[in-house]
Amino acid sequence: MNMLHTINKSPFENSTMSSCIEMCSQDSSILFIEDGVISVMKSTKFSELVENALKEFKMYVLKPDLEARGLSLNNVIEGVEIVGYDEFVDLTTEHKTVQSWL
Amino acid sequence: MSEDGVVKKFMYVNRKSPYGTIYALESLEVVLITAAFDQDVSLTFTDDGVYQLMKGQQTDGIGMKNFSSTYSALGDYEINKIFIDKESLEERGLSLSDLQELVWEDEDEDYAEKSSINLVSRAELSEIMNKQDVVLSF
Repeated sequence: MNMLHTINKSPFENSTMSSCIEMCSQDSSILFIEDGVISVMKSTKFSELVENALKEFKMYVLKPDLEARGLSLNNVIEGVEIVGYDEFVDLTTEHKTVQSWL
Repeated sequence: MSEDGVVKKFMYVNRKSPYGTIYALESLEVVLITAAFDQDVSLTFTDDGVYQLMKGQQTDGIGMKNFSSTYSALGDYEINKIFIDKESLEERGLSLSDLQELVWEDEDEDYAEKSSINLVSRAELSEIMNKQDVVLSF
């Protein structure tokens, strides 16, 4: 697979997520970690952007970071796969390169 | 009253999600320390700061200290003016029921338990901020 993008910033704080989605090439994946997990919650002002991007890219979110923030797994946008640290490692090896957005 | 009798209005403005940065925890610690100085303290939670009060935080998986229960001690330090930005909740698809309840006991009314939380608009927040002597942003 192409590139794995990791996003660790809240979409409300800066434009990392929107930039990443715009620059993401086909066959790439996006993994949301740390404050980035806020991006994939339902009913926020960014939900629609994420739902549309899901048609083009695979998206993953790190479960321990959701749990730490009290964000319910049931409120994660449908189609975003919830993963643990083990799968995080698998994702980094399955993709050709990793881009860690900061 | 403080020793020289001067009481100032202090507001702490919390704008960051917890755990991703150290700001939330640092703010809480500063608030609790300064509570000892008998000032007129209020706390605002706006932007991603509203996430600090989310119920059900479970930090075992990320190996960090879960400090969310400490907020419930604020009432014991007579910090009972907590302002939550309504618009910030709304744009995150959240409501007050997603946040922990914070209460204080009113000595003047036989220690009746009262809510410390005030849901306010940004316009109201602006007015409240204008009345402060010191505003500290985290």
